[in-house]
Amino acid sequence: MSDFLRSLRGDTPRLCSLSFIATSMRVQRLHKVFDSDVIAIEDLTIEIRSGEFLAVLGPSGCGKSTLLRIIAGLDQPTSGSVEKDEGKIAYVFQDAHLLPWRTVLRNVALPLELMGASRAERLDAAADALRQVGLGDAMSRYPAQLSGGMKMRVSLARALVTQPKLLLLDEPFAALDEITRQKLDEQLRELWLRHRMTVVFVTHSTGEATFLADRAVVLSRRPARIVEDLGIELPANREATLRSDPKFAAITRRIYSALERGGA
Amino acid sequence: MKPRNGIASLVLPPVLVLVGAVILMEIGARMLNEPFMLPRPGAVMRVMVDHRAELAASLWTTAEAALIGFFASAILGAAVAMILSASPLARRAFYPYTVFFQTVPIIAIAPLLVIWCGPGILAVALSAFIVSVFPVIANTLSGLLSTDPALEDLFRLYEASRWSRLWKLKLPSALPNIFTGLRIAAGLAVIGTVVSEFLVGLFGPGEGLGVRIVSAKKTGHTDEVFAAVLIASLLGLAMFAGINLAAKILLRRWHASERD
Repeated sequence: MSDFLRSLRGDTPRLCSLSFIATSMRVQRLHKVFDSDVIAIEDLTIEIRSGEFLAVLGPSGCGKSTLLRIIAGLDQPTSGSVEKDEGKIAYVFQDAHLLPWRTVLRNVALPLELMGASRAERLDAAADALRQVGLGDAMSRYPAQLSGGMKMRVSLARALVTQPKLLLLDEPFAALDEITRQKLDEQLRELWLRHRMTVVFVTHSTGEATFLADRAVVLSRRPARIVEDLGIELPANREATLRSDPKFAAITRRIYSALERGGA
Repeated sequence: MKPRNGIASLVLPPVLVLVGAVILMEIGARMLNEPFMLPRPGAVMRVMVDHRAELAASLWTTAEAALIGFFASAILGAAVAMILSASPLARRAFYPYTVFFQTVPIIAIAPLLVIWCGPGILAVALSAFIVSVFPVIANTLSGLLSTDPALEDLFRLYEASRWSRLWKLKLPSALPNIFTGLRIAAGLAVIGTVVSEFLVGLFGPGEGLGVRIVSAKKTGHTDEVFAAVLIASLLGLAMFAGINLAAKILLRRWHASERD
């Protein structure tokens, strides 16, 4: 591995880094007001542990996306703060948002290109990220030639190519059909197990949150505050069959009732 | 694209329309029997064959001015649009004046162009530029300003430079709009050239098509007028086709408008 990629990754992994649980991010007393009267987020505090897979749920328009954008630094909070560890951030949008004039490979290489990596480095890393999402044989195709699910996987590979410490996903699979969505959920969970980056996953699907995350935060209708913050105690390796497990159903129901209490 | 009926289905419909129009014109001209009002297509064809050397020289003169005007529009128009897209203040200050190019009656300012440049190719090319630059500015600007906001966020997340944002995101996103502007500009450049040739073109050998139209009209050779008009139209068509070809090559892999 090149020096450049190692520098993106930050420290080389050491055993001792597993021995304590570090806080990766602290969202503190966050307020966000739009146009001086629409209060999107009011006094929100969340602590996220390093390497945690957190799902954020809430009614549509409750400010989940706003929260994610503030964490990413794409929007500024009205007051409050977001403290986070050093390291690369990646963001996956609701749709794939690929550059249609670039091949799949060059789309995935884009973040490294913008950060100044050499051509060989970025294409190698992009090819590797594509193989990880199962698109090793689609590298020279153009986005217009791909299905919705494949485009989303390219988008995921583009997020992974910088080896981010923090991965933010804003309802990434919401537009896909149910089967494709479940396949991608399984793939995302596997990728997380392999890389153990911190993940904040915004969704409105209770089943998706239960399947993917280790912790679910349910937000109320606007202004967003926390209705429920629950740990999801399911095995680390999640197979498709988990979805018919009674424990899975019980957790999904708990999230669902929290959503109802929050005014969804 | 379906290769099995490609060429035939592409070429046949417009050719049939052309043949139909020529037949209609032939019938009309025979019934009217007034060659000064409406010459027969055969007579126009004969003029084109008999005067091919002079017509080719005229075509070249007109094409040269139209192409200079067109490329000036393409380059300066795109450059102006890039500057305007970079700053809302520049947009507010200058955009209203670019509309001037759209509204100025070219015939009315042709005398000014002659005063400034003297009669000849420079005045003609300048008028081609003036009538064709606005569509390039307007379309390029609208393309540059309608970049996908999520992609802008993505570039911001990775701290892309201003240059990267323009070169790797905004300009490629705007390409379909830029080509729309260029297609309109190509036709207008030819019109601007021919119209200003009426007023400022030089007579004599190698005179432009617009000049030829005026002199043929004065001598009552309507068939020669038709021949020059036809050639001027074909020139516009050729420029349009050239731009379409460039658009096809650049956009075919990704843009819906260039597939099939």
